[in-house]
Amino acid sequence: MLKQYSFEKTAVQTFPDNVSLAMRTENLQVFYGANHAMHDADLGFPKNQITALIGASGSGKSTYLRSLNRMNDNIATVTGKIWYHGVDINEPNVNIYEIRRHIGMVFQRPNPFAKSIRENIVYALKANGFKGKAELEERVETSLKGAALWDEVKDSLDKSALALSGGQQQRLCIARSIAMEPDVLLLDEPCSALDPISTVKVEETLLELQKKYSIIIVTHNMQQAARVSSQCAFFHLGHVMEYTPTATMFSNPQIPATQDYISGSFG
Amino acid sequence: MEQTNFQLKKQDAQSHDEWDARLHRATRATREDWMGRGISYLCIGVIILVVASMLWFITSKGIATFTQNHVSLWKFLSGTNWAPDQGQIGALPMIVGSFAVTFAAAIVATPFAVGTAIFMTEISPNKGRKLLQPVIELLVGIPSVVYGFIGLAVVVPFMRHLVGGSGFGIISATFVLFVMVLPTITTMTVDSLRAVPRHYKEASLALGATRWQTVSRVILRSATPGILTAVIFGMARAFGEALAVQMVIGNAAIMPKNLISPASTLTSQLTTGIGDTIDGTLPNNALWSLALILLLMSLFFNALVRFIAKRGQLKNGR
Repeated sequence: MLKQYSFEKTAVQTFPDNVSLAMRTENLQVFYGANHAMHDADLGFPKNQITALIGASGSGKSTYLRSLNRMNDNIATVTGKIWYHGVDINEPNVNIYEIRRHIGMVFQRPNPFAKSIRENIVYALKANGFKGKAELEERVETSLKGAALWDEVKDSLDKSALALSGGQQQRLCIARSIAMEPDVLLLDEPCSALDPISTVKVEETLLELQKKYSIIIVTHNMQQAARVSSQCAFFHLGHVMEYTPTATMFSNPQIPATQDYISGSFG
Repeated sequence: MEQTNFQLKKQDAQSHDEWDARLHRATRATREDWMGRGISYLCIGVIILVVASMLWFITSKGIATFTQNHVSLWKFLSGTNWAPDQGQIGALPMIVGSFAVTFAAAIVATPFAVGTAIFMTEISPNKGRKLLQPVIELLVGIPSVVYGFIGLAVVVPFMRHLVGGSGFGIISATFVLFVMVLPTITTMTVDSLRAVPRHYKEASLALGATRWQTVSRVILRSATPGILTAVIFGMARAFGEALAVQMVIGNAAIMPKNLISPASTLTSQLTTGIGDTIDGTLPNNALWSLALILLLMSLFFNALVRFIAKRGQLKNGR
């Protein structure tokens, strides 16, 4: 049986002013029609760190993540503030296309386009008017290297991306996102469709990428959160219950709900 | 009662031969199986017979022009003089007429159809489903004689006013066919756009591409084989349409010099002439030869659709 945890008793950290944050949300609420899917999320994401969002299915973590680059537009109602470089990007008159260029996203299921590997990467660049054959080639190489895929595909850049394995496809999706040189990379359960070896490769890639990007990753896998993240937020039924440094969360959880979740009592 | 019966049976089958016989015996289940299979084989057999005999009939009649009346195939395909009573059977004017109206209708209709389909799937799916879908289904259901009648009553006089002449001709036929193939191409394009995986769209939007960039570079691109198939189906319909075309094209079996003078197509010539000929004579055989061309063209369109479907699969890498 699922215990009733009090949503009043939470332990959410805030960061002092000297920690620079990539983004921050304030009172973020998400509604699917009458369904209140996310309550009062106040989270800050430190720059160049990996923050993991953990919790059971339906806890609102993916919903929250998708709100951060406005992918919930036309799907859900999102209220509250999302601060990014001092701008509330949850305002309706903000250019969502520009936001998504700075805040990239990788989805649960690898979703490369039915184009060649090269075209998958240059697609967004071309769509944004990025020109020059040599420059495009260079971007293809640097992004594939960034996603640790270059050595595996450098001889077959013109092959269909759909011919790659699941793990390679997912790293291609990461490469495609970082080709735009975003600030923030959002990953929605990027490894849940992958086998353990591919998962390790993606995780290694992420650890390398945090030097350049701020990463927010939703994961079902607590071990994964422990392995890759520096900060960790625990979501439960649409509430953020606890947000602490990852080491603290897994060694010394602050509230009973977190304690039970990470020890496997539910979820 | 049931149980004792079962036990009895179980007892009386002891030797291997008895088991062998029992396990090979037909039961109600196997008889039902045979029946079902028999019925479906019968149906398919009848259909194959009908199709095969139609093919045989049209082909044998169609080649009679060349085998019995000794008209050369080349003269038939390249001759421009169609007067079967006088032994002149050059079918080129009708071939040109058919292709002209088909291509013109497809070229005019495709942009409208794709635009409508994009509106229905990407821009306003709700209005598309509630408003446009019924309208398009209605357009499909209107009998071709009604289209022809509207063409005759509205399009032909309009063309007469606009460009002079009689108003009958390829341009009027194109206009009528445009309206007739539009729903065919639109519905099939809608289907192929809806079949584009949702995650392509999501991926493109997440990369900061605009809705228009997403539609034009990702969605249309991966729906291209489907859209081509839709256009070919529309062309097949235009190529085969007889009645509506016959009512507006003017039915003059002469080489079309422009778009506004009376012309004719394979189908219109066939429907115009079929009542006036006697079975077994050259004029009759010549019409069968026109029918044979129509048949071969529809086979060609079918083959093209299959070819595109195959190429499309290869392109998607699976």
